[in-house]
Order: sequence, then C-alpha cells, then structure tokens
Amino acid sequence: MASEAVYTHRDPMLKKRDDFEDILEERRNSSDLRYALRCYTPVLYKGLTPSKASELKSMVLQSDQLHYVINQVSIETGMAADEVQAEAAAILEEMAHRLQISTVRFFAFTLSKVFKTLFRSICVNEEGIQRLQQAIHEHPVVLLPSHRSYMDFLLMSYILYTYDLALPVIAAGMDFMSMKFVGEMLRMSGAFFIRRSFGGDKLYWAVFSEYVKTILKNGFAPVEFFLEGTRSRTCKSLTPKLGLLNIVMDPYLKGEVFDVSVVPVSISYERILEEALYAREMLGVPKPKESTSGLFKARKVLSEDYGSIHVYFGQPVSVRSLAQNRVNRSQFNLTPRHIPRKPGEDIHSFVNDSAYRLVRAQEENMVLKPWVLLATLLLQNHHQSQAAGQKQGMAVDELTEQAVWLRDVSRQYGAFLHWPDHTSPSEVVSSSLSLHRGLVRISEGRVRLALEQGGPAGGRDPRSAASPEEELLNQAVIILSCASYRNQALHVFIRPALLASAIHSASSNNKQEVYNSFSFLRNMFSNEFILCPGATVQDFEEACYLLVKTGALQINQQEFVVTERGHRTLAFLTSVLDPFLQGYQVVCRFLCEEATEGLTEKQFVPAVRKFIIKHLLTGRLRYAEVLSSDLQKNTLAALLRLGAVRKLKGGEEQGTLKVNKVMVNSLEDTLGGKLPTQKAVVARL
Amino acid sequence: MASNSSGGGSSDRQRIAQQRLSRIAGHLQRPADDNSAILAAECKAQGSKSGVSGGGKTVPRRRQEIMKWNGWGYNDSKFFFNKNGQAEFTGRRYRLSGLIIPGLKDWFEVTFGASVLHKTLAPPILNSSAVQPPTLNEAFVEELKSTGIPSSHDAEDRVFRAHGHCLHEIFALREGKFGRIPDMVVWPNCHSDVVKIVELACKHNVCLIPYGGGTSVSSALECPPEEARSIISLDTSQMNRILWIDEKNFTAHVEAGIVGQDLERTLNESGYCTGHEPDSMEFSSLGGWVATRASGMKKNIYGNIEDLVVHIKMVTPRGVIEKSCQGPRMSTGPDVHHFIMGSEGTLGVVTEVTMKIRPMPEYQKYGSVVFPNFEQGVACLREVAKQRCAPASIRLMDNEQFRFGHALKPQVSSIFTSFLDGLKTFYITKFKGFDPNHLCVATLLFEGDREKVLQHEKQVYDIAAKFGGLAAGEDNGQRGYMLTFVIAYLRDMGMDYYVIGESFETSVPWDRVLDVCRNVKARIIRECKEKGVQFPPLSTCRVTQTYDAGACVYFYFAFNYRGLSDPVHVYEQVEHTAREEILANGGSLSHHHGVGKLRKEWMRESVSNVGLGMIKSVKDYVDPNNIFGNRNLL
Repeated sequence: MASEAVYTHRDPMLKKRDDFEDILEERRNSSDLRYALRCYTPVLYKGLTPSKASELKSMVLQSDQLHYVINQVSIETGMAADEVQAEAAAILEEMAHRLQISTVRFFAFTLSKVFKTLFRSICVNEEGIQRLQQAIHEHPVVLLPSHRSYMDFLLMSYILYTYDLALPVIAAGMDFMSMKFVGEMLRMSGAFFIRRSFGGDKLYWAVFSEYVKTILKNGFAPVEFFLEGTRSRTCKSLTPKLGLLNIVMDPYLKGEVFDVSVVPVSISYERILEEALYAREMLGVPKPKESTSGLFKARKVLSEDYGSIHVYFGQPVSVRSLAQNRVNRSQFNLTPRHIPRKPGEDIHSFVNDSAYRLVRAQEENMVLKPWVLLATLLLQNHHQSQAAGQKQGMAVDELTEQAVWLRDVSRQYGAFLHWPDHTSPSEVVSSSLSLHRGLVRISEGRVRLALEQGGPAGGRDPRSAASPEEELLNQAVIILSCASYRNQALHVFIRPALLASAIHSASSNNKQEVYNSFSFLRNMFSNEFILCPGATVQDFEEACYLLVKTGALQINQQEFVVTERGHRTLAFLTSVLDPFLQGYQVVCRFLCEEATEGLTEKQFVPAVRKFIIKHLLTGRLRYAEVLSSDLQKNTLAALLRLGAVRKLKGGEEQGTLKVNKVMVNSLEDTLGGKLPTQKAVVARL
Repeated sequence: MASNSSGGGSSDRQRIAQQRLSRIAGHLQRPADDNSAILAAECKAQGSKSGVSGGGKTVPRRRQEIMKWNGWGYNDSKFFFNKNGQAEFTGRRYRLSGLIIPGLKDWFEVTFGASVLHKTLAPPILNSSAVQPPTLNEAFVEELKSTGIPSSHDAEDRVFRAHGHCLHEIFALREGKFGRIPDMVVWPNCHSDVVKIVELACKHNVCLIPYGGGTSVSSALECPPEEARSIISLDTSQMNRILWIDEKNFTAHVEAGIVGQDLERTLNESGYCTGHEPDSMEFSSLGGWVATRASGMKKNIYGNIEDLVVHIKMVTPRGVIEKSCQGPRMSTGPDVHHFIMGSEGTLGVVTEVTMKIRPMPEYQKYGSVVFPNFEQGVACLREVAKQRCAPASIRLMDNEQFRFGHALKPQVSSIFTSFLDGLKTFYITKFKGFDPNHLCVATLLFEGDREKVLQHEKQVYDIAAKFGGLAAGEDNGQRGYMLTFVIAYLRDMGMDYYVIGESFETSVPWDRVLDVCRNVKARIIRECKEKGVQFPPLSTCRVTQTYDAGACVYFYFAFNYRGLSDPVHVYEQVEHTAREEILANGGSLSHHHGVGKLRKEWMRESVSNVGLGMIKSVKDYVDPNNIFGNRNLL
C-alpha cells in the first residue's frame, strides 16, 4: 500500500499534489507576540504516557540495552561499571534535548520577524499537515526533511508550532554546540546533539541509539533528522546515510512498536541563504567554523530578498508496509533483543532501499521555480558559446522561448514546477532574473552570467590584477552557484538524460546495446544522483516511457529512433549530463596520469583541483563546475565502489589510494564513448 | 434412520468398577464443609443427576439429544434478547442461567455497532437431504457388524462429527453447508473394541478419524475433501469409565473418552481430583487432551496434561504402544509419550490413560486485582512467576475485556449491592486516579488448605500492590472465570446479529508479552479496516497462564460483518495475518489448541525442516497407509 505511495515509477505526469498556503501572510496581519504566546495544545500520540525530560533520561540510563553495553565495556576496559555508567550519563547529558515551550515561543516570535524580512512567503501544503497530525496520533513519527540550509530545522519547528503540531526532537551535528548561546537555545527548542564521528565507540552508540528509540517508542515527540546526513552544498540530493534510519526502524523490526510513520518533507528555497558560501566551500575556501558572531554577520550580509520557501509534507510512509515481504521479523526471536547485533544483510539492504525511496519521495515534492530552468539554460548556453567562441549570453526573447519549451518538457516529466500561469512568460523570466541579479547581467537585451567580476558577495579584495587562477576561481563561484539551481531540477531529468547519453554513446540503436550503455552510466553515477539500488530496469523503462510518450523517441522493433522534434530534447538532455561525464573523465585522467604512489585520500581533492585548474586554463576542459569538490569526491567514491581504486586501511599507509590504472583508464574511455563494446567493462563491474 | 445401536448398557467390568468406586466414595465421604461451598464445578453445568459414581455420564451416543447441532453446548442453554430487549441466559445449568444481564445489550450494540433489530437466524433443524449420502466400504461394514460394536450412518450422527468449533465450521452449519463429512460413526466401548476397529480399518483400507469431545478449534476434525476412501469417525465417548483408582500412588486409570466434567465429578466423589480444567472441560475428553497437549487453567498447581500423564495406551496401525511400568520419570531415550501427545489423531487412538490424582483441595477462594494499566499488570504477573507463587490460576484481562466482563454482570437484586458497586468504582477511578479506559483486572483462584490459601493470597496481593494493583473482590474474580464457560454461547448469539468472532492463543517469552498483545490487537484492527469491515472490531486479549519463562496469551476477536459479501473469508484472512503477526513477534504457533489443519502451513517454520522430517518419519513408520488420515499437523 504505502510502498507505492513512497514512489511510483509509472507515469510521473499524473502525480497529484496538494495546494499551498502562505503562513507568513497571517504573520504580516496580526501580532507576532500574541502568536508566540498563544495557547499551544498539539495532538499527541495515542499511546503516550506523558513524562518529563528527566524521566526520559532515566529511562534511557535504565534500559536493558544500555545496561548490557555498560557491563560489556566495563569488562573490556576493566573500568568499574559505575564509572562507565557515569560516562554514559555524561554522554547523555551532552546529547539530550531540553525542549522548553518558553524557548519555542521566543523562537516563534523572533523567527516571525526574521522570516518576514528575508522571505516573501513560506508556503506549506496544509493537507500534508493534516495527514501528519493524523499520523502523529496513530504511530510514532519520524520527520525527514531535505537539507539545504541551516534554516531547515528552525523552519520545520516553526511550521509545526504554527499548525499546533507536536514539536520534534531533532538530531543535530555537534558543530552547532560550539556556538555558545545559540547551541543552548537550539537545545531548548528541541535539538539534540550527536558527534560527527564515533565509529568504534560502543558506549556512545548505545546511548545515542537508545535515546532516539526511547523517544520514538514512547511517542514523546516526532523524531526529526536529515537522511542526507548533512546540508547538500550542491542542492542535489545526497545519497542517504543509514545510521539514524536504522535506529528508527529497529523498534518496528523488533516488534516494540506496531508501526512507525516516516514523513518525507521537501523544503525548497527560491534563493538559498548560503548560496555563495557553498560555492566557495566546494572550491576549497574552507568553511568557516560555525560561530555565533558568524551567524549574525551572515544575517547582515544576507538581509535582502530571498524569495519564497515551499515546504511540502509528503505522504506518511508506514515502515510496516515497507518491510512487508522484505524482512523476516522472526529473526529476532532467538536472542534477547537488548543485545546489540549488527543488522544482517537483508535488513541492511531493506534500510538502504527504503532510504533511497524516501530521498526520491523528497525530490519529487521539491518545488522548482522558473529560475531553476533559466539557470539550466544559461549554463548550457554559456558552455556552448564558450566552446564556439561566440559572444557570451543569449537574447532575452530566446531565453524566454527556451524556458517555455523547457517548462513544458519538465512538466511532462513530472516536475513540481511553480510557474505562475497568469503572468506572461517574459514577466516570469524578468522577475526571476531580477531576484538573482547577483548571478546574471542583462545588457543590450542579452542575458549572461555575471562572470566578469568577483563573487556575488562583493568579492574579497578588489585588487586590480588578479591572477588567471584567481579569476577562474571567481568565475567558478558564479558557475557553481548557478549549477546549484540547475541541480534542483536534475532529479526530473536524470533518467531521460542517462538514456539520451546512452543513445548518444551506444554503438548502435539497438535496445539491448542502449540498455547496456545506460546501465553502465547509471552504475557509474550512482554516487552522484539518487538512483535506487537494483532499479536499473525500472529506471530504464521509465526513461523510455517518458521519451516515447513525449514524442522524442520511437521504439521500432528493438531499435531506438530519435524523432525530428526529439533531437532538441535529446540534445538538451545530453548537455545536462555532459559536465558530469567530463568531470568524471578528468578525475580518471588525473588518477592515471598524475596520481603519485603515496597519494592519500586527504591529498586527493587539492591535487585533483590543481590538475583541473591546469586543464581549464589551457582550455582543454570547458566546465568550470568540475572544480566542485563534491563531484570529485563522488567520482572517487564511485571508483572505490567499483574497485578501480582501493583505499588502504590501517598502518602507516592509512588512507592511501591504490589506483588500478588499467581499469580507471578503461572506465575513462568508456565514459568518453571511445570503446565501441562496453560489455567487457560492464561485465567486470 | 435409527442408529444401529447394539451392545448398549454397562458391561460387567463397568458394573464392578462402579461398585468399587461407590465403596471408595463411602470410605472417603467427608463431613459437609461450608467453606468449600464455592467449587469450580459451580461455574460449569451441573450434570444430569450426579451422585452415583461412574453413573450419570454427560455424553450420550446421540449427542443431538442434549447438544446443539450448529452451535456451542447444551440445547437448553443460550443467550437471547427478551421482549424488553434485555439479554437473558436460558436453562438451569450455569450460574447465569435464568438471569437477566442488563448491561449486555448496550455493550453489544456499542462495541460492534450492531443492533438487536438486525437479526439473521440459523435454521433450527438439520436438513438431512443436504447431506451427501455415505460412501460405505461394504466389506468393512459387514465385518464390523460381526464384532457387535455399535455404529451408525445416520446423517445427523455424521454431521455432528464432521466439525469442531472454528468459526468457519459453525458458520457453515448455520448456512446448512456440510461439505465432506464422515461416512459412518462407530462407538467402541473399550480398548479391545478399538483394537478390532483399527485392525479392520487397516484390512479394508478405510480412513479413521478419532473423535473425542468435538471441541477442536484447529479444523482438526474436518474431513479432508480429497479423501476418497470411506471415512469412519471413531467416537470414543462411550469409553468413559474410571477403571481404577490407586490411592497408594495417587493415580487413576481412565478410559480416554471420558469428558472433563465427568472425570472430575467422579473423582470428587472419591475425594480426589486431577485438577485438569481446560475451559472446554464440560465437553472435551481425556483422549483429546492427550492428542493436542492440552492445558488446564489450574496448571500452576496440577500441571499441564504432559505433567499429569503417567501412562498412555494407544492403538495404532502398527499395534498397541504403551510403556511397561508406571515409574514417575524415566530415562529411556526420547519419551515415547511425546510422540503421542500432540499427535492430533494422526497416529492412532488413545484408549486408556493413567493420570495423577490429588486429594481435593480443602478450600478455594477467588480474587481479583485492578491495575492502572495493562503494562503494570503484566509486570506483576512476571514478578509472581519470578517468585514462583502463582495461585492455581491467575489471568490478566485487558481493558476491553474488563469492560466486556462488566457488561456480563447479572441484574443486582439489592440497592445496597449496586450502591457498593458505585462506591467501588468511585474509589478506583476518582480516588485512586485509575483511568477507566486503561485499567485492567487480574482474576485469581487460590486452592489448598485454608490457612495456606490465606497466606498465599496475602503474598500475591502484596506483590500486586507493588505494581499499583488494588484488590477488587472475589465477585469480580469469579465472574471472570464464569466468562470463559459462557463465551462460546455468546458467540452463538453474536452470530444471530451479524457478529462473528473467535479466540486464538499463543505462548510467548516474558519480554515479548506486551509487544505481542499490542501488535496483534493493532494488526487485527488494521487488517479489518483494509479488508473492508465496516465497523471497528473487538480486538482484545488476556494473559491466561504464567510460566517461568513466559506466558500464554489469548486473543478475542469479533466484528460486525454487515456489508461484507464473504464474511468468513474476511475473518479467516484477518486471523491468518494475526497469526503471522504472532509468529513475527516471537509467539508460538499454539500454546494448547494445537495445529490441526488450520495452522499447519506454519509447521515447517515452527519446528524446522529436520523437526518436521522427524515427525513425518514417525508417521511413516506407525501409519504407512495413512489409516489415520485426518491430515492434521503434517
């Protein structure tokens, strides 16, 4: 039942979505103070026995699970059990939230003020809110918002407070805690803090997982965390992290609750607050450590128009339905459930599949603004004219025409596009451009990317003679910023784009050949895009279905034929994927040509960046966005996954990369479409 | 159409046994003791004229003379809504008999969304013409006749033995659908009769299905529709004598067809009891208990059937199996009794059993404890198990069942009692702050000598107090036990008003009790919704037995089926998913109902491939031609 609700492969065009309401509108017309102080009586879980935060802590500390691990640690380390217990208590103290309604009211008040200055509107689908309310009443709930900005979780709590829903407890990274005052404020508004890495620390893991499970099982509050693990700097969904999802599914799998409802939430920003910060970060300007003063500075710099935010609460997904016929729950019958066990292969793959489906459910309900399409077109145009040595930019009319074309295509592909239908296309285009005036220039009726000067934040040093390298990096900031908008639409195009590229590079138009090619590309890029594991055939069929249905492609007796009008679509789609194809190739080339013997994982990004800069400056590479460390890391992850590169573990060579040059080379060739038969490579993969 | 009864009356052996029993009874007659006035027997039907030991057997050959053909129990006992719309229970056999139960109608209508105006009555008379004519094996019939063992191929006799009491079985009867039924019924009178019948069956290759009390709830008595041979129902009901009582060794040797109430009553006359009291004990038989691994409510004192049995005699196609001595425990390889117990009629017929007997308890006392919630109640039961101080019986009802029990309160005669009731309610809900939607009640039965019972009672109530439990009086306790004897009658009434339901059970380790209860109840509700049931179902449970390592849990499940085209199918689907939920949550396939045909699809996963192979190899050796062809278990 609900497994279909998460994600349906068939006909994305027929997707039904709810309408939005702007919650800021009321804020603009009535007192924020009264709003912050109003009576707050959310619907709670029906099985809840109310208890205080301190009781929650003692429940965790007294749990069988934790006792078991404490005794184990005590035996292993020779520490007295009391000491380990005290350590556990300290970990819990550091971790636990201290949700206070007064702090929430404070945030409700201040955030109202802040949001009203920053954003035009905050739109929420109220039907989703109603579904959520129902879900909270019936089962323990997990909220899974997408993660693009620091704003996300404050925004979530703000919305839930506005609609009188139970406030979530939120898993937050420890880095927030270093922001003295703010950290504590966040804690009091429901955040709990987890260390970024605690791989081998059994005790930490036990306290942490028991803490989350106790909250969930007893239905104290919805648990909220980010499936993507961290903010996506590229606005592309990140491949999901499984740790917390494992923890929240565990109580269901072990029969401790009847069901758990998982609610994907898609938050889309018309303009992201951290836009330029992200680009710089990926170009190697290290990210500033989170600090309170930094946040205020950022707020000052960013006090301009950030457009609107759309928050879509998706259909609640029943973990029980997801697990039906997938997981044999009786596997937990023969050992006490409080003894920690590594999840078996079946559970791992179940959680992994579920995670991908949930991320896709997030993607599907992401609202796309017209600017996303414009950024896509402008970027493509930039690269094409750069390659052809033409004049930069495109005429506004032409841009409008292409945007309208792309609007229709993306709608047919099921994009959740918010294109104001009652406004003329040219107005839509011009208002979008004006909102993003830091990224584009309009002169003489032509639009182009704002590449000639420093970053949008005003640049750093207005030194007159910037080195070519500096200039390149400054341009890359703009390009990466634009790419981050284009990336928001990638989930719409990725499957057809993979198919288009496969048709482009396959040796013949035979369906099987194209499929092989598709399968290779899909496999190669599965760290880059959200492609559900094991769903190659479905993805291929979906892509075929879309291209055929939109008249771009015909399939005659196992032969693909691109139609007259299809050429435009396919050209567009291959250009969507091209920067990634080129980027992966360049990284491969780096590994073949320049990688030294002792290259470590740490040195990888700076080294490959240097290599790419060289290529860009000499004009051998067109796409400045390849400078994105995200892409470089994803390539490495893919190569590691495919076994073309190995990472040494332990000893002095910890983290050293061993490159299988033959294999990397052949992958590079295949990506470049140089090898006529890819079967050999595919088979090896 | 009359049954070919022959060889009726009591044999010489029986007469001798009777005389001996009455002599023993004379010796042991105790002075009348008012303290033992509340006997368990009071909850049950008083048999037709007890007194003469060994006499007054409950079950005649023609069961239809006293029992319903399409429902539970005695013809004269049933619930109905009288002219004033109040529920009444007819007959004179039970404590509730002849009483008005004012709360039942409201509870029934509110719980199920049913209405006393919407009735669907079953046909009162069995329509014999709808019954398939018997397929008789003439040679077998001829030879059987020569042995003088009574038999019949009367339609009513056959239909009576074609079913147990699963919902779908009773529902089909009410619809007048009979399906494959036995072709003939035989009534052996003693062990050697059974030996003869089994020999003849092997010789002529007919299928034998042993029949005891007919209270199966596992489809165990259903005739396999694919069975082409003549099916003979072997009714053990006339093998119902206590052959001897051995007071030196505290044992009694009993024919396996005796039903529980007769066994207890007869032993009581001699001052003894077995203490084995399954809820079906009015009708279920000793042989049936052995064949299904039955459990009695007082097992905490007396043990389950496997603890009670000292010696078993079973007739199989290979011959008679029995041990050579009556030693109380043996180390002689795997216990062959355990091939027999739980064999569900697939290997042979249990004919005689030597059982432990105990002196009758001097004193019995009911009790009850109210807990603020089910979780606390379960924690208390676990503590009781930990301290190994469980009373003869301790059961914990959940909130829904507590309310159900309340609805069954008979009309109170005095204003004073109702005033007291009001006061009690006030004390518990207002003064003690128990939420009436969460509180639950444990019912208790203590047995033993007076002093120890009172001491024991205090110990249990002290433990209960630690878990927030409040003593709630004997009356609540006694009513709780009465409920188990009338619940099957209530189901019949429900079916008159479009409500169908059933109970099923499991056993589960302590750490899983709450999880199983919660998840199975919720699964039932969700599944009903998904299957299109228009009204919220009754989905309730109770913990009925405690063990060192876990507990037995009973689920009651019923719903109003108006608006469904195939209610039984929906019912079966829901029960199926409920069983899957039980298994997924670490519960067993069955605690004491057995597997039958209803649950055999899960046998392999329950006992592993090898385990199933072991059971199968025993079957292959003992009964290679599948004479005992009821196809249970495997």
